[in-house]
Parts: sequence; C-alpha cells; structure tokens
Amino acid sequence: MTHYVILEGVIAFFLIAGGAFTFIGSLGMAHLRDFYMRLHGPTKATTLGIGCMLIASMLYFWVTEGKPDIQEMLITLFLFITAPVSAHLLAKTGLHMQLMHVDKTRGKPLELYEEEVGEKPVPHPDKGHG
Amino acid sequence: MLDMALWISLALILMALTLNVYRLTVGPDMPDRLLALDTMYVNSIALIVLLGLWLNTKVYFEAALLIAMLGFISTVAVCKYLLRGDIIE
Repeated sequence: MTHYVILEGVIAFFLIAGGAFTFIGSLGMAHLRDFYMRLHGPTKATTLGIGCMLIASMLYFWVTEGKPDIQEMLITLFLFITAPVSAHLLAKTGLHMQLMHVDKTRGKPLELYEEEVGEKPVPHPDKGHG
Repeated sequence: MLDMALWISLALILMALTLNVYRLTVGPDMPDRLLALDTMYVNSIALIVLLGLWLNTKVYFEAALLIAMLGFISTVAVCKYLLRGDIIE
C-alpha cells in the first residue's frame, strides 16, 4: 500500500517539475532582451521540462498497466536529439540576419562564410537550379 | 495527490503557452517568432501528455510523436528559407 503512495508522490513530483521547467523556459523566452539570450530558455529548460513530464507519464503507465513501455522514451529521445539541431539553425539564422544584440552579449560571427553575411539571403553559388 | 499535480502542471503549461503567444505577436524579428513557434509545439506535446494522463489512455502518444517530427521538420524548413532564400537547392 505504501508502495503505491510513494510512487504516486514520485509521479506528482515529476509532473510539477516538468510544468515548472516548461514555464521557466517560456518565461526566459518572453522576458530576456536579446534574440541570442532568448534562445537559451526554450532550448535547455523546456527540453528538460518535457523530459520530466514524459518520465512521469512512463512511470504512471508502468504502475497502472504493470509493464514498461518504450513509446514515451522514444519521444524523449527524439526531442533530446532534435532540440540542439533546431537551436543551432535558429542561432545561425539570427547571425545571418544580423539581429540587434545588447552590449553584454559576447561573441562575433567570425565563423560565417562569405555568402552567409550580407544584406539579404543569397542563393547557393552552385547554380543548381533556375 | 495526482489530481492536484495534474492541475498545477496544466496551469503552468497554459501560462507558458500564453507567454509564447506574447512573444509570437510582439517578437521584433522573424527568428523570434520562429523560436516562439518552436517552443509552442514542444509545449503542445506536454499538453497532449497531460491529456493522456487525464483520460488514462495511451492513444495520444502517436499524435505527440507526429507533432514532434513535423514541428522539427517545419522549423528546419523555415530556417533554411530564412538563411538561403530557398528550401531545396
């Protein structure tokens, strides 16, 4: 009996932690002053929050149905793989569009190629189409 | 205890979605709006997981997986469009 009470407490803790991390990530995205600062919140805190929530769901269905299921772990794995990739692409887009940044944001876009720094998007130099 | 945790978590996720909508409407540049949309699909996955816990079914996890994959692909596509002016070169 106490077994189930402890498990319920663990599931409730993971649910509330997931909601809190998700909220903190969105709060950072809404509150910070710079696009490069705003990128930090969703990529780290929101991913951790969704991981906590999927762990809670996996534990709940493990307890109620008696056998573990790999499906929630699949979503967690997929999100943990894809979140850094999309964050990298978003940061590269921000550097390309030369967004305004506050003085405290350090780093200069030295690593961009020539065709990626410019007034407007430039088509690929290979002339593969058109 | 689990009911209470579900309600608290639902309230936190709804506040997070409200902040995302704020950034989506206010955001000064295009990548800000794209970041807001990216966060919104992740938060909607959390909402779907909560719905599955509330209704005690596992039917909705396929929908969550589909949303994860399509959201990632659409984010990459819009990023490529903003970077190069073209999606498939």
